[in-house]
Amino acid sequence: MNDDAPIFEVSSLSLYYDDFRALKDIDMEIRRYAITALIGPSGCGKSTLLRCFNRMNDLIPTARIEGRILFEGSDLYHPDVDATEIRSRIGMVFQRPNPFPKSIYDNVAFGLKINGYRGDIDEAIERSLRQAALWDEVKDRLKDSALELSGGQQQRLCIARALAVEPEVILMDEPASALDPIATLAIEELVRELSESYTIVIVTHNMQQAARVSHETAFLMAGEDRSGYLVEHGATSQIFTTPKSERTEAYITGRFS
Amino acid sequence: MLRSEYHRDLRSLEDDLLALGSMVEKAIAKSLDALKNRDMALAEQVIEEDDVIDEKRFSLEEQCIDLIATQQPLASDLRTLITVLHVSVELERMGDYAEGIAKISVAMGDEPPLKPLIDIPRMADRCMDMLRRSLDAFVNRDTAEAYQICDDDDEVDALYDQVYRELLVYMMTDPSAIRRATYLLWVAHDIERIADRATNIAERVVFLVTGRLTDTRASTY
Repeated sequence: MNDDAPIFEVSSLSLYYDDFRALKDIDMEIRRYAITALIGPSGCGKSTLLRCFNRMNDLIPTARIEGRILFEGSDLYHPDVDATEIRSRIGMVFQRPNPFPKSIYDNVAFGLKINGYRGDIDEAIERSLRQAALWDEVKDRLKDSALELSGGQQQRLCIARALAVEPEVILMDEPASALDPIATLAIEELVRELSESYTIVIVTHNMQQAARVSHETAFLMAGEDRSGYLVEHGATSQIFTTPKSERTEAYITGRFS
Repeated sequence: MLRSEYHRDLRSLEDDLLALGSMVEKAIAKSLDALKNRDMALAEQVIEEDDVIDEKRFSLEEQCIDLIATQQPLASDLRTLITVLHVSVELERMGDYAEGIAKISVAMGDEPPLKPLIDIPRMADRCMDMLRRSLDAFVNRDTAEAYQICDDDDEVDALYDQVYRELLVYMMTDPSAIRRATYLLWVAHDIERIADRATNIAERVVFLVTGRLTDTRASTY
């Protein structure tokens, strides 16, 4: 696979919940092995857009899309595509850490088991926990309940769980918003490390976090009809020093009502 | 460690600043060699290489802007970035003085020098020493050394005074020497300015360490 080719190509994407158009005519590409941050005011559709990348919106009965998303050059929404299989290639980490009420070990093993993983499970669990920078903290207590971990540890466990099935992409929906500042920085450090081997798309309310952590930033807004649209997408340093759009400038400088 | 990439970027920024300092120091040394040895090719080289110094300064500035925009630097990190921004401007300006000296060399052409160059190279040695030490003080966060550099500027000022008076005498006794004497006076002035800028760097070191903005310089010029 050509590393320079975008991993996702979004064209004329609109998303409707019944008659309400939540996303309008989004065109964008997601760069491989980079961290792309989606930012914008509440209700701009950034989480909705994120969920389009692994067909999580399929789970909402009233949702339908127009337009197209290519993943690795193939239509992500083609009827022949198995959405469950896609979700193992495009993993997701949510706002609140959501470990299962099981042991640390079982949390990571879960995805492997349902995907019929045939390799050495212990080995896969250690690899995932190491990649998620959690191994050293939990290696002596793998059988303890995941719920005994701190919030930051739980979120890293959820990242380990997503990594266990060896996805190509990790989608993160405000992964640090429920964490304290130090745990937040630890997650950010982890995300930077992971971007060497994975493509990451992250939604964040925290603009400074987008600036710190991402390589590319996409700014979305809701129009008068409340549909989210893409205002600007570029290198993070460009967006935060010399945005092209006056709307981006207004948002990131706080001159925004 | 948290934010390891950011801290790596900050360290490499300091390394780049020192690389700029070393480029400027070489430019000053070469401009003086060109003047002493009437070496036109070397003088032309200094003039040409000033563009590289300018580019390096812009690249440093861009790195600082990116880090400020994306990394929310605070406390000593913020002071480091502000210091790098200021010091890179001082260094770039010193490079311009070296270029100025090289241009004077070219303007003087094949004319025999007015007098043997003694005090001017001595001034240049002092100011290059101040430049080197100011960058060492930056690396070591050494305020005592920074204050010492500011004091040492008096010596360069005194030498400049001496050169000025001497050249004035040449001009008064032989008006046909005015042009050549003026060239040398410009050179001496450029060197004196380089030393002043080394004290500016030293003052930035005081800011870097203490957060205090000071003007310690009591330069005569």
